[in-house]
Amino acid sequence: MKNSAYIETREWLAAQRWLLPVLILTGFGLAFAIPEYGLLNKYVQLVIMYVGINIILATSLNLVNGYMGEFSLAHAGFMAVGAYTSALLTMKVLPVADYPGLFPLAVLAGGLVAAVFGLIVAVPSFKTRGDYLALITLAFLMIVKSLIENIDAIGGPRGIPGIRKLTTLPWVFFWVVMSIWVIRNFVYSKYGRGVLSVREDEIASDLMSVNTRRVKFLAFMLSSFFAGIAGGLFAHVLQFISPRVFDIIKSTDILIMVYLGGIASLGGSILGATVYTVLLELLRPSNFAALVSWLPDALFEPLNQYFIQHLGVWRMVIMPLALVLVMIFWPRGIMGLREFRWFIPKRDLDAHQHHTEHESRHDASHRQ
Amino acid sequence: MSEWIVYGLQQLLNALQLGSIYALIALGYTMVYGILTMINFAHGDVFMIGAFFCFLAAVYLGLPFAPALLLTVVGTALLGVAIERLAYKPLRNAPRVSAIITALGIGIFLENFTLALAPYPKHIPALLDSTNWDLGGVSLSSLQLIIICLSLGLMFLLDYIVHRTPVGMAMRAISWDKTFVPLMGVPVDLVISVTFAIGAGLAGAAGTMYGLAYPVIDPYMGIMVGWKAFISAVVGGIGNIRGAMIGAFILGGVEIMVAAALPSTYRDFVAFALLLVLLIVRPYGILGSPRIQKV
Repeated sequence: MKNSAYIETREWLAAQRWLLPVLILTGFGLAFAIPEYGLLNKYVQLVIMYVGINIILATSLNLVNGYMGEFSLAHAGFMAVGAYTSALLTMKVLPVADYPGLFPLAVLAGGLVAAVFGLIVAVPSFKTRGDYLALITLAFLMIVKSLIENIDAIGGPRGIPGIRKLTTLPWVFFWVVMSIWVIRNFVYSKYGRGVLSVREDEIASDLMSVNTRRVKFLAFMLSSFFAGIAGGLFAHVLQFISPRVFDIIKSTDILIMVYLGGIASLGGSILGATVYTVLLELLRPSNFAALVSWLPDALFEPLNQYFIQHLGVWRMVIMPLALVLVMIFWPRGIMGLREFRWFIPKRDLDAHQHHTEHESRHDASHRQ
Repeated sequence: MSEWIVYGLQQLLNALQLGSIYALIALGYTMVYGILTMINFAHGDVFMIGAFFCFLAAVYLGLPFAPALLLTVVGTALLGVAIERLAYKPLRNAPRVSAIITALGIGIFLENFTLALAPYPKHIPALLDSTNWDLGGVSLSSLQLIIICLSLGLMFLLDYIVHRTPVGMAMRAISWDKTFVPLMGVPVDLVISVTFAIGAGLAGAAGTMYGLAYPVIDPYMGIMVGWKAFISAVVGGIGNIRGAMIGAFILGGVEIMVAAALPSTYRDFVAFALLLVLLIVRPYGILGSPRIQKV
């Protein structure tokens, strides 16, 4: 199956680390070119933006759920805080109509406010762990939603309609790169080691003088910051937000992306978010019909009549079933604890290689 | 003065009705947690399926109350066992979160499957002739009385099963120690299946009674009620059966009080704020005991 040619190509590709910045620059170029020259139709552009926003959400949730090993259900709540902050800023405070350049400021503000809200979850996490912390995050989500519903000045249960469509492809791409870059640097820093040690054994890491409080504090704030950013971008794509948009189902969606992709893996979160979002879109009846239109009529017609026309309802039945099957046969997700080697800093890769060589020599000496 | 007492008693009755429905669902959460240390996120949707089974039995089979309830309980119990066998058992040795994600997936599946078959909210016909009694100003309907008594009866039955029968002893043993109890000849798989059957059956009974008390049912009704029941289980101390009952009645009481004193949109806010405060003050619940972590 995995022949040597495949492994060689993979190894060669993994060594070409200069490709990553080239790809990022190409991505930026494309992000500017696609809307400018209409290279893809509006619908595909929209899907790409949702994929980008979901990547930000999945990577930032992975920091808490994957690397730190907690189970947070609050991500949609932080997203709501960011979305409402930035939407209110662009609608009521900032003169965005005259100066569109102020939009990133609104998104940034949304992220910062969400990070402050992250404290509400971070502080109880000093003492509480596991299932009970999961409940605190759930309570946070419900309280945020319920508060928004009860404040009439920000629309109450009706939400905020008529938000300007300010999110553009380059901005989404910029924030995707930023979130991956920042979280990647955090994870491989001193604090990142601390985050991993908290996951493996909190008491032991405390004893080894890891400042677990500061580590949790930083991880939660960073995670909620990017959730807020994603919320701000999301509000200005969807152009309408209401408390119902950010309920437990939204949190569940993000959780599914993270665990589908695999915990403690940025590459996994990127893949998980992309696969989940794109699959859900492909299962829409019109898209699916376009996808299989090459089939001969004798096959296509019955398929269309008995299957595709009903997909609008049944795709939400098929997706969770597929998820359950993936989890049963692939419990660690697509990337589970592995990582794109381009994301791993060179020193870590070298150290790892050295370590495995050492190990194998050790084993060999044992066998003699 | 006496008006206030009458009003208070009336609200107490409403609280008992709501609390007993929460309690029946909370028991399923707490039993599964006790035995597998797993949060069964699909449980709220099993409750919803129970309400729909009751609807099917009443409308399409034309059954009266007792057989409809029995059919619902048996149906949901089988559903619970099927979910456990197909979705949770293969993951018993996998990382704990995989099972949680599977449970979330099963929950979404049940919701959307029901939605695909029943796109509009359904109305459960009145299976019981409800008569209202006037007890010195406090009105008590026969429906309320049946819901409260039946729930309490089921709770006492469950308490008896868990504390006085061999199956119950096996359940308590497995939740006590998962390594050595199987070695002593306790059929673990069977006991876990029985636990799921009992938990899901109780949720089905709760679904029936909820459908009678609040007759309009829809596929998403299980989410919020399920979470509320879960809060009750945690408030009482998760894994503790008597705690779940106490927690459910406390939550029911608080919700009714909030609805009486504040605009009803604050109900969820207060319920979850209560949970937050309790988790910070007494994280192991009212009847739970703190877990000692050995280093």
